[in-house]
Amino acid sequence: MVGTSLRGSGPANAPIDSLLVDSSTQLGSVRIPAPVFTASGCAASGQELDNFFDIAAIGGIVTKSIMLRARSGRATPRMAETPSGMLNGIGLQGPGIDDFLENDLAWLQARKVRTVVSIAGNTVEEYGRVARRLRELDWLTAVEVNISCPNVESRGQVFACDAAASAAAITEVRRALTSSTPVIAKLTADVTDIVGIARSAIDAGADGVAMINTLLAMSIDLDQMRPVLSGGTGGLSGPAIRPVAVRAIWQVHAEFPNLPILGMGGVRSGADALEMILAGASAVSVGTTIFNDPSAPWRIQRELREELGKRGFGKLTDAIGHAHTVFEASK
Amino acid sequence: MNNNPVQTIGKIIGVRKTGFYSVISIACAGIAETARPGQFVTVAVGGENSSMLLRRAFSIASVDDRSSYGGVIDIVVSAEGPGTRWLASRKRDDSLDLVGPLGKPYPIPKNPVATVLVGGGYGAANLPWLGKVLIQRGCRIDSIYGAATDLKVYGQLEARRIGGSLTITTEDGSLGTMGRVTDVLPDVMAKHNAAVVYACGPMPMLSAVAQIAQDNGAIAQVAVEEAMACGIGVCMTCVLPIIDENGITKMTRSCISGPVFDAAQVRFADINRLPSDVYGADAMGGH
Repeated sequence: MVGTSLRGSGPANAPIDSLLVDSSTQLGSVRIPAPVFTASGCAASGQELDNFFDIAAIGGIVTKSIMLRARSGRATPRMAETPSGMLNGIGLQGPGIDDFLENDLAWLQARKVRTVVSIAGNTVEEYGRVARRLRELDWLTAVEVNISCPNVESRGQVFACDAAASAAAITEVRRALTSSTPVIAKLTADVTDIVGIARSAIDAGADGVAMINTLLAMSIDLDQMRPVLSGGTGGLSGPAIRPVAVRAIWQVHAEFPNLPILGMGGVRSGADALEMILAGASAVSVGTTIFNDPSAPWRIQRELREELGKRGFGKLTDAIGHAHTVFEASK
Repeated sequence: MNNNPVQTIGKIIGVRKTGFYSVISIACAGIAETARPGQFVTVAVGGENSSMLLRRAFSIASVDDRSSYGGVIDIVVSAEGPGTRWLASRKRDDSLDLVGPLGKPYPIPKNPVATVLVGGGYGAANLPWLGKVLIQRGCRIDSIYGAATDLKVYGQLEARRIGGSLTITTEDGSLGTMGRVTDVLPDVMAKHNAAVVYACGPMPMLSAVAQIAQDNGAIAQVAVEEAMACGIGVCMTCVLPIIDENGITKMTRSCISGPVFDAAQVRFADINRLPSDVYGADAMGGH
C-alpha cells in the first residue's frame, strides 16, 4: 500500500523488512553499530549478562559508576518494589578505580565489548582523578559522568541539580581525558530546568547527555512504619518513570537538535525504545528491565528494528527526533 | 564454580496444595539437568506487562531429569504477596519465565559424616533433596522441620521417604514438639555426634542454628533468603556482611556467592547494618 504509512506526516514510506533496517547510530563523532546499551548500575560490568546474550552484539555496556576508592555501599535493605518500578539505594558499592581497571575493564577489553565507563566523585577534583586513570584507554566508547552524587564540598548538594557544579565536574573530566574520548553527562530530571543543566554541561565540554537518572523517591514500610530503604530515600526506576524520561529527552532535543542523547528510564520493549528515539534520543539504555528479563537488551534491539521497519524507517538515524517534525507540521 | 544459568520458558505440569503452600512442578529444559540442592531459580510474575518487575526467587525443591516431560523442577510457593499469589494461582500448561540454576549449592562432605538438616517453614523445601544426596554419599541424616503452626510445616512426607529421623516442632504445639527447631537441635546433634548442620529458613533461625552448631564444634551451612532484585549478580541489593578467606568483611552478593554460606563467615548481628570495619565502609558518607 504505497502512500500509506504509520509515520503521519513526512515521507510516506512502505514498511521495510526489519532485517534490512540499518539500526546503527551515531553518538557525536562515534559510529555505534547497534543502538541499545545497558544502563549504568543495572549490568554491573557485563560479565553476568554474558550468560544470557552476546554482550558484544549490543550497542555497549555502560558500567556501574566507579569512584576513586572501594565502597561498601549502604546497609540493607537497599531495594523496594513499587508499581511498574523499583526503588534502590545501593550507595554505589564498588571496588574502586584501580581494582576496576585491573579486573572489570581488562575483561571487557579482552571480550571486545563496546564499553562506556561511568564515573562518579564526591568532589570536583575527584571526578578528575578518576577520569585521569582512563586517559590512556583509547578503546573506550565514551566516559559517562554520573553527576547525581552529593557534592561534599557543597553541603551534599547534588552536582546534577546545580548548573555551575555540573559544569565544574564536566570541565574537570573533559580536561583529564584526551579529546578522542567522548564525554557524556548523565542528567537527572529532578530539576526545574533540565535544559539549563544540559546547556551548562555542553558548554563545559560534554559531547552528549544521558538521561534520565533515577528520580528521588521513598517507600514506607507499613508494618515497621519507617522508610523501607536503609538510607530513607532512594532512586525510582522502571517503566513508572518512562514518561518523565521522554519529556526530558523531548525538551533537551528541542533546544539542542544535534546533541547526542542516550535515552533511558523504564525502556521495556522496542516500542518504548522507539518512543525515546522519536523524542530525540540517538540510542537507548535498558536498566531495570534487565532485572525482569536478563536478555532484554538483545530482545529490545531486535524489537526496535521491527518497530522502525513497520513505520518505513530504513535507518534508525532518520527517526531521531522525528516526533518533533510531525508535531511542528501539525500545528 | 556455578553452573551457567539459562533463561527459559517452562511449562507447568502440576500444581498441588500442601498445607499452607503450593508446590509447582515445571518442565524446563536446561535447569533440572544441572541443578544441585541449594540452588535456586527466579520466576517472572504477573505476565508480560506485569507491574511487578522483580523476579521472585525460589529454592529448587527437587529435580526429575528423567521424566517424560524432560527436566522437571519443583518449587514451593508461600502465597503471601501479590506476586506469589499470582504464581500459586497458575494452572497446568501455563508458561513461566525462569532463570536458573542460580547460586552456589550446599557443599557435600567428602567423608560419610553425621549431618542434621534444619528447615524453618518452607525453607525446608530443598532439604529432602539434599538429604537424598547426603545419603548417597554415605552420610547419616537427621531432620528437624519447624514452623509457627502445623499448616506451615513443609516436607514431612518427603523427609520420611528419604530416611533418617524427623523431628517436627511448632511454636503453637499443633504438631510435633511445641517450641522451635533450636530447642531440639542440641539433642539431635549430640545423639549421633553431628559434624555438619545444614539449615534453610528465616535469618533469626539461621543465626540461632549457627550458634548452636558452633557451640557443639560442628560446621553449619546455611541457605539465606535475602531480598533480591535480579538474582543474577548485577543489582547489588542482596548483599550480606560476609567474612572472606583473608578475614576481611565485604558486602557480598547472596545470589552469586550464596545463597549457601558457611555460617562462620556470616556476621548475623550486623545484617541490615554497616559496621565501620566492612571493606569500603570508610569511603561512604554523602551517599
